[in-house]
Amino acid sequence: MTTTLTPYPAHGPRKLKVATVSLAGCFGCHMSFLDIDERLLELIEHIEFDRSPLTDIKTVGHCDLGLIEGGLCNAENVQVLREFRAHCKTLVAVGACAINGGLPAQRNHLDLGRLLTDVYPQGVPNDPELPLLLNHVHPIHEVVHVDYFLPGCPPSADAFWSFLTDLMAGRTPHLGHGLIHYD
Amino acid sequence: MSEPCFTLDGEDVPFVPGDTLLQAARRAGHYIPHLCWHPDFRAHGSCRICTVRVNGRMAAACAVQASEGLAVENHTEELDAQRKTLLQMLFIEGNHFCPSCEKSGNCLLQATAYQMGMEGPHFEEFYPDRPVDASHPDILLDFNRCILCELCVRASHEIDGKNVFAIAGHGIGTHLVVNSDSGQLGDTDMALTDRAAGICPVGVILPKRRGFVIPIGERRYDQDSVAEPGRQEAS
Repeated sequence: MTTTLTPYPAHGPRKLKVATVSLAGCFGCHMSFLDIDERLLELIEHIEFDRSPLTDIKTVGHCDLGLIEGGLCNAENVQVLREFRAHCKTLVAVGACAINGGLPAQRNHLDLGRLLTDVYPQGVPNDPELPLLLNHVHPIHEVVHVDYFLPGCPPSADAFWSFLTDLMAGRTPHLGHGLIHYD
Repeated sequence: MSEPCFTLDGEDVPFVPGDTLLQAARRAGHYIPHLCWHPDFRAHGSCRICTVRVNGRMAAACAVQASEGLAVENHTEELDAQRKTLLQMLFIEGNHFCPSCEKSGNCLLQATAYQMGMEGPHFEEFYPDRPVDASHPDILLDFNRCILCELCVRASHEIDGKNVFAIAGHGIGTHLVVNSDSGQLGDTDMALTDRAAGICPVGVILPKRRGFVIPIGERRYDQDSVAEPGRQEAS
């Protein structure tokens, strides 16, 4: 799907616009993000949320930063990812599923049709509203360019905080020992 | 008479005749990243993570004999970037799902990747099909995590005297095999007390019924980085 873009609004002394989404993930990364607790109050001084489960806004606007949790397991995931890439200046793969497919990708060596008939022995659901499953689960960098990776399952609240404060300050995020984790 | 030395990133490192660069550097408290090298075994030189620049030429630190006056570069931007690329390739060639691996936190591959600042895999995942072998009563084999370091092969051959493991195949088809008619570990004489059972730097050879004995967050590399003395090798 091709997305037509209008130019980004000019930068000014304004809050960064941030969008977040969960694709084939468990929302654990979002929960860990919220675990920054009272630091959310400081964060909200510097950012405003666009599309996100936190706002319940359904479409993504022009954003400075897109945080993507989860990998790609169906056609809707791919569409949402491409919209995020087109609308976000900086895109971050957050968590193991976005980075290497994570738990959902452990179905990749199994036959998808067999899986469906095993899980739904009474008949595989076939509703046009259900997005088409991909044969394999993919990490997001295999479909779009990703600017940064924030690993973890989930990344810790401190890792989120360190990463975001670095980005907001214009620094290249660096997760040292104790903050960089793949589990 | 002073000890002979070579320099490692500009620092003098003393050595005794017969030392490799990696042996001498490690004894002096320096960290040269490595996966397939272990102090209990002869050098193998397969992972190439320990590649350094010796008098301007690339070489595996585990295989090059130390000699007086060598100028060895170890932690340079170029070498660490190449190590990170090698690590990324190791990750995508297997199925390294750290959150569901019992070895996570004790894994040398993971800890080395942390140390090299690997945040993402960069390359396209292979997602190979590698069934596990749960045939042994005490030991699980999960080939998904094998990095072909051959430490289990060497341990089984040189210490246990059993030759339970071998590497077979070529190129991308290279893989770890078990030496029994069925190809199953349960049909070998391997025991949980064998050196080969505890040498795996990643999560291929795991003892059964010990899951989460040490909680996540309290494991080896949760506490210390892999660069710390005493933390540089698989157990």
